[in-house]
Amino acid sequence: MVTKWDKKLKKVKEDVYQIDKEGNMNVPVKIFASDKLMKKIKTDESLQQGVNVACMPGIYKQSIMLSDAHQGYGFSIGGVAAFDTEKGCISPGGVGFDINCGVRLLVTNLMKEDIEKKIKEIINTLFENVPSGVGSESNIRLSDEDLDEVLNFGLKWALENKYATKEDLERCEENGYMKTANASKVSPRARKRGRRQLGTLGAGNHFLEVQYVDEIFNEEVAKIFDLKKDQVVVMVHTGSRGLGHQICGDYLRKIENEFSEVVDELPEKDLAYAPADSQLAKDYLGAMSSAANFGWCNRQVITHFIRKSFEKVFGPEVKLDLLYDVAHNIAKVEEYKIAGKDTKLYVHRKGATRAFGPGHKEIPKVYRAVGQPILVPGSMGTSSWVLVGTDKAMNETFSSAPHGAGRMMSRHEANRKFNSDKVIRELEENKVYIRAASRRGITEESPGAYKDVDEIVESADKVGIGKKVARLIPMGVMKG
Amino acid sequence: MKFKYLKHTADAKFRSFGKDIDEVFCNSALAMFNILGETDKVKPIKERKISIKSRNYESLLYDFLEELIFLLDTEHFFLSKVKNLKVSKDFTICAVVVGDDINNYEVSGDIKAVTYSDMEIKKVKKGYEAVVVVDI
Repeated sequence: MVTKWDKKLKKVKEDVYQIDKEGNMNVPVKIFASDKLMKKIKTDESLQQGVNVACMPGIYKQSIMLSDAHQGYGFSIGGVAAFDTEKGCISPGGVGFDINCGVRLLVTNLMKEDIEKKIKEIINTLFENVPSGVGSESNIRLSDEDLDEVLNFGLKWALENKYATKEDLERCEENGYMKTANASKVSPRARKRGRRQLGTLGAGNHFLEVQYVDEIFNEEVAKIFDLKKDQVVVMVHTGSRGLGHQICGDYLRKIENEFSEVVDELPEKDLAYAPADSQLAKDYLGAMSSAANFGWCNRQVITHFIRKSFEKVFGPEVKLDLLYDVAHNIAKVEEYKIAGKDTKLYVHRKGATRAFGPGHKEIPKVYRAVGQPILVPGSMGTSSWVLVGTDKAMNETFSSAPHGAGRMMSRHEANRKFNSDKVIRELEENKVYIRAASRRGITEESPGAYKDVDEIVESADKVGIGKKVARLIPMGVMKG
Repeated sequence: MKFKYLKHTADAKFRSFGKDIDEVFCNSALAMFNILGETDKVKPIKERKISIKSRNYESLLYDFLEELIFLLDTEHFFLSKVKNLKVSKDFTICAVVVGDDINNYEVSGDIKAVTYSDMEIKKVKKGYEAVVVVDI
């Protein structure tokens, strides 16, 4: 399909495209995608959104779009942008509504053959123990003080309350708590929305999967990640639930009120930003970090439920160790060399995974020599991936890699196009057992509604912003 | 027609119709809840009063829908119908929303937030129309 972008898109090298700086753009746009994925990307508004981000104040180097990019609000999904911490800005739209939506992977001491006959039992047990679906809530009741602890201290709260082990904290991005958190900047409405949702999966594209390691692509790194062929792993994909959604909405509105002259000039209202030196920017960073802490606690409490479920089915000997937990909707202060000088930047990742290369001090000691584990979830029933961070990502993408498959069809369209019985049958033919809160949820999240995650990962591997370590294949899926 | 869904890759987008602004707000609420399930089947069990003031019609529609998501998240409120909805020229809205606990119905998906993306409210020959994108 010919689009208005064809003339502007310049192929820099294999799997890398650029839109040169022009007009109000402060930097160029760079897209890291294969020819095939690029064709898809240019069919929606995502490239225009990449250009809009390139016009924002204090942006460094380039407005980045990864191979899974698609249209979002203001910023595209699969987008990365780094801004100056004094002359730049912070934008809630650059993080998204689901703050700290992310993925964690648990490695078990079970092999594929140990679990094949019990897959229905374990998925059904998980379904009973992990609340999911719209309107679900957990049985954890948080007092005001508890909620403050969750928001300010994240996984430290989980450790003190026996939902986490010390090792869990060591193997989580930021050790499970952002020091920039400030619970006093979280509105009463956001607190009320989150209060009963800690330890719930939610719905939509969020899922919990029991998978096995299908193929190892890098033996040396796989060994350090403790992954071997046919080993069973469990993947959790969810975020900060209503609490995070509300914080994003609250701050978009605050920015609209306080900086109305800036917002009125923007091509899209959802690009609204607070100047980096404003109090509102600091307040948003505090609130967003609190939501991130809530998100890590959410995945941790779910992990606790998963461990209990596995113990029930497989006995007390079963182990589920955290490999890693990464956020893919987040903004944080990170240091990069700019013109030879160590410079602190506000890095926004909206549908992008942090991907630090070997030696970075933020990586857990056990992985530091090889690089950060990058977790890329597929769509329901397709493969997911473990990659490892590289130095190249440091220079090219502010240490970011793709975050998942990315939709290519609306839920409405998927609903019309697919039939739930057929989807279930096809999954079962591939030996994937699925349990969902509703039948419609199955058609809406049908694998055919998503881009091919393998293609996205291949592209990242080829460009070198994340190298393949292992491919994971689902055995059982639990959908909200 | 009260509303129709429009094409959108990742999220839900709808256009709602009404003979006046009140009806457009009412049908927007129905459109949003029909993303999850059929509002026609929801029993009118509980009522909640809504009263909001905003700075223009777009912001008011955003706030009204956001209030409904708040009720969904905090009380599991699933909409059946809207009663006595009145939008005033000073950008205030008063309404009574009627519905039931969502856990009593077959629903799917989630509504995370209302967005300003592509939002519009405009006067047309037959009354008013609004376009809204909801993050799901």
